[in-house]
Amino acid sequence: MIHVDVALRRGAFQLDARFEAPEAGVVALFGRSGCGKTTLVNIIGGLLRPDRGRIAIGDEVLLDTAAGRCVPAEGRGIGYVFQDARLFPHLTVAANMRYGLARARGRSQAIGFDELVTLLALEPLLERRPWSLSGGERQRVALARALLAQPRLLLLDEPLASLDAARREEVLPYLEALRLRLRLPMIYVSHAFDEVLRLATHLVVLDAGRVAAAGPLSDASLDPALTSIVGPTAVGAVLDGHVLARDPDTGLTRVRVAREGELRVHTASARAGERLRVQVLARDVILSDRPPEGLSVRNALRGRIVTIDPLPDDVRRALIDLDGARVVAHITRDAVAALSLRPGAEVWALVKAVSLRSHAFPAE
Amino acid sequence: MGFTPAELDALRLSFAVAARSVLLALPFATWIAWLLVRGRFRGRFVLDAFVHLPLVLPPVVVGYLLLVLFGRRGVIGGWLYDSFGIRLAFTTAGAALATAVMSFPLMVRAMRLSLEAVDRGLEDAARTLGAGPVDRFFSITLPLMLPGILAGAVTAFAASLGEFGAVITFVSNIPGETRTLPLALYTAIQTPGGDAAAARIAALSIVLGFSGLALSEWLARRLRRALGHA
Repeated sequence: MIHVDVALRRGAFQLDARFEAPEAGVVALFGRSGCGKTTLVNIIGGLLRPDRGRIAIGDEVLLDTAAGRCVPAEGRGIGYVFQDARLFPHLTVAANMRYGLARARGRSQAIGFDELVTLLALEPLLERRPWSLSGGERQRVALARALLAQPRLLLLDEPLASLDAARREEVLPYLEALRLRLRLPMIYVSHAFDEVLRLATHLVVLDAGRVAAAGPLSDASLDPALTSIVGPTAVGAVLDGHVLARDPDTGLTRVRVAREGELRVHTASARAGERLRVQVLARDVILSDRPPEGLSVRNALRGRIVTIDPLPDDVRRALIDLDGARVVAHITRDAVAALSLRPGAEVWALVKAVSLRSHAFPAE
Repeated sequence: MGFTPAELDALRLSFAVAARSVLLALPFATWIAWLLVRGRFRGRFVLDAFVHLPLVLPPVVVGYLLLVLFGRRGVIGGWLYDSFGIRLAFTTAGAALATAVMSFPLMVRAMRLSLEAVDRGLEDAARTLGAGPVDRFFSITLPLMLPGILAGAVTAFAASLGEFGAVITFVSNIPGETRTLPLALYTAIQTPGGDAAAARIAALSIVLGFSGLALSEWLARRLRRALGHA
């Protein structure tokens, strides 16, 4: 486990964050700008010393202020990809990459120079200088440089934040490939939830210096704390499932998302058995108190209401259990009354196939 | 316009003194620049003022102080002579020391500016890649300071070629030992019928000054390109 429990005060800002995350997969550290995400990763990386705290990866304690222990950044073996890449301007791309490699003394080599060059398509860039690279290219080089130092944990501080949408696509697929190739835990800082959806397996939500929610993405994505940060239109359940079959005539793909639950998703392509991540936005879910008939909606899943909580402006947030998979629905107070919805009630959750966003999310 | 052997000797000596002076001052200037930019200690202002003193003091005063400190019977000079047999007063080495002290503030100033411009974030990046403090300094900070170090060295070299007051006070005006170009010019002016020689040496000094500035500009441009600020 990665164990983090730190506190730091800087003027009016107070960080007091505590979370645990598995030593595998991608932990998304998510929150608004200014909530303390960068401060927190700087503390984990050893670039900033907290007033108080403890950081451990597995058995190894990197920081324990109570015991007076603080391993310096250069001794932590934690890689860091900065938002602004921070390539060394006096060195070529290849020399930048070798900088970390030359200092990875003693650590077993998980990935080599040539493999990273292939994996991140760096061959044409090797002899170039950092200033001649595009933003996306810079981040790929920064990624390779950090990985060649053979870290045991990789921190990525909004590596895509300074890139436009097209440039993001120059980096995101490579991050997805690395997630699968390396059994390396990563902490990925972001304020863009779509990036979290693409990469994360675990979510830590930071709000005003405190951890508002934490857990596996499928659970944490249902946390009410997320609603105010992501916004009511972008919040929803994240379901990891696998493709049962795709009907080439209709373009509908059947995805198994729970023990029995099955969603029909409109996808351009999908292979049976492939793992698919589906986001069910809360505002797209319709609830019915009886099996629907004569509707165009392709998904009608039977489930039970777990909780109903108030949201601002007379909106209610219903959490529905669909035989193991959970989704949330944002509905009006009026609808709750009209259908006499209450915890424990049986409902059918309806979602249009075209409202569902999905992308391949292979398991490690 | 033929130069006499004595004038060529003065030219050679000027270069020898300036080169030694720059080599002597470089490591100290780098260290002081580091302290002034990165150091967090009491008395930084005092150190700053002390380093800049030669800029505002009359050179003769500096020469006099050097004589007091580094002369045969001076506190440091006496110890150097007794322990190592090193004599500074009235020697070429002494001339190099005097020019080094006089050009020191110029060197520190240039280095300081370039060190202030070094992005601390790059040093942080080096830390996360496993580089310790000394490693970081030599692999990242020093190369990035290079334009300033070079500019400082060239400026100090040019200033050393022309240093007069401190040199003549500390090491006198000995042909072949401490008589650099400005001292040779001074001697020529003092000598009856030395007008032609004085003009030749003055012209030579101007040419040297121009070449120095041109070289410095050319090097700075090349370095900027190498460092990726093209």
